[in-house]
Amino acid sequence: MPAPDGNRAAASRRALHVALVVVGFFALWQVAVMLARPPDYLLPAPSAIFAELVTAPLWYLGHALQTIGATLLGFSLALLVGCLAAVGIVYSRVLENTLYTLLVALNSVPKVALAPLFIIWMGTGLASKIAISFLIALFAIVVDSVLGLRSVDPDAVDLFRSLKGGRLQTLFWLRAPNALPHLFSGMKVAVSLALVGAIAGEFVASQAGLGYVILSAQGAFQTTRVFAAIVLLGVIGTVLFFVVDLAERLVCPWHVSHRARHRGEG
Amino acid sequence: MTLAPGSDRAFLSVSGLDKVYGTGEARIVALRDVTLAIGGAEFVSLLGPSGCGKSTLLRCVAGLERPTAGAIALEGRSVTEPPDHMGIVFQRDVLLDWLTVLRNILLPARIRRLPLEELRPKAERLLDLIGLGGFADRFPWELSGGMRQRVAICRALLLDPALLLMDEPFGALDAMTRDELNLELQRLWLADAKTVLFVTHSIAEAVFLSDRIAVMSRSPGRIVDVIEVDLPRPRELAIRETAEFARHVARIRRIFEGFGMLRGSHARA
Repeated sequence: MPAPDGNRAAASRRALHVALVVVGFFALWQVAVMLARPPDYLLPAPSAIFAELVTAPLWYLGHALQTIGATLLGFSLALLVGCLAAVGIVYSRVLENTLYTLLVALNSVPKVALAPLFIIWMGTGLASKIAISFLIALFAIVVDSVLGLRSVDPDAVDLFRSLKGGRLQTLFWLRAPNALPHLFSGMKVAVSLALVGAIAGEFVASQAGLGYVILSAQGAFQTTRVFAAIVLLGVIGTVLFFVVDLAERLVCPWHVSHRARHRGEG
Repeated sequence: MTLAPGSDRAFLSVSGLDKVYGTGEARIVALRDVTLAIGGAEFVSLLGPSGCGKSTLLRCVAGLERPTAGAIALEGRSVTEPPDHMGIVFQRDVLLDWLTVLRNILLPARIRRLPLEELRPKAERLLDLIGLGGFADRFPWELSGGMRQRVAICRALLLDPALLLMDEPFGALDAMTRDELNLELQRLWLADAKTVLFVTHSIAEAVFLSDRIAVMSRSPGRIVDVIEVDLPRPRELAIRETAEFARHVARIRRIFEGFGMLRGSHARA
């Protein structure tokens, strides 16, 4: 992809900007703690949080992998089921009236509230976390995919019709690629929600994962450990988001270029 | 308006065509009793103000819309679905952003499940012919509006259609690009004469390109006159400054004025 140099320079400037703000935030926090000296159980210094992470890196890694696993499996499942459901909804009036209506109605229920149910049904292991993660991520994927599949240029549909393109050909060669940018914006929301779902599941009942670390450390007033897990979650969330963003750049460069152009004009 | 029937005019025939949208109060008569016969390799324009049904007529001929009454026949066969040997160019280029220029041109072959490799040289030849030889592997978003529409024309010509339908193809382009593409289109048509049905609302464009112009009026949409343009070909852009050209333009403008469709400053040649 021949990205114009201007865009790339702007992007790296922006990344530098974000890094500086984050570093500045932690520096300010460190200074504030050193000056005000709050008790450790209220607000530990960033240096203490870092030291905590370094004392037991493998232990934290194990719990992080548990949470990442639940998130990725839930997200992948939501992606697969969401895309299939979206195609069904776009092509079938019956599915639109039943499945889509049901999904929209269910979406108004805070899905975190359903977490205890999944623990009852599926136990306290990984399966229940995947299920909650899946459920909470699903909606964003379905809604954006449906929107993407529908928002095709009517002239393009006519072009396909004029060439006697069938429904499947129109789906594969027009609607699906056209939906990709929408799907990716749904995926960016969904991947963050999937992480929320995994943590929510771990909060309700678990023996592993960063949600478990937070909850058990909270019970023992090990605030530094709570913060260590939160920092890790922040890193995981950011990395997941940028992985989806990178995938978007690779899969639909045409869209990314549009975006860059619009940003340039605006 | 009925044309003298003749074997050379029977390539495309439209007879007694009505197109009505909606029912009752919301009923809109888009086309009323449209009859037109077009010969093989003839360049015919549908010229009229917006809302006169010229695009609707083109879409009926393309088999994209079903007429309410009347018949369309292409080479003697009734048109009920998009005909096989037809290419179509819309006002917007509708290039697919995710395909390279070459793959966009090959799209009709892909949809019709024809061997892409066999048609590849043809696609490259068309690109060369239209002056985009070096752009085969570029993406649509790297091209200007005029270049994109050239690619759309190549795509329409890929399968060597006997009939080329163009729905205000240059309407969204700036005046200079439009002139360029008018010349380009004439050149392509002179090199390999196809029957062209060309929708436009520009009198000058219609006169410059056409063998005949079907002048349309609105509410209801109908053909009010058919003008023969006997200017010699190939036509240069400078022909637009000749008295002959002006005479054709003036004649068409008078027809529009007669139907109250053109008043003073609204006129656009």
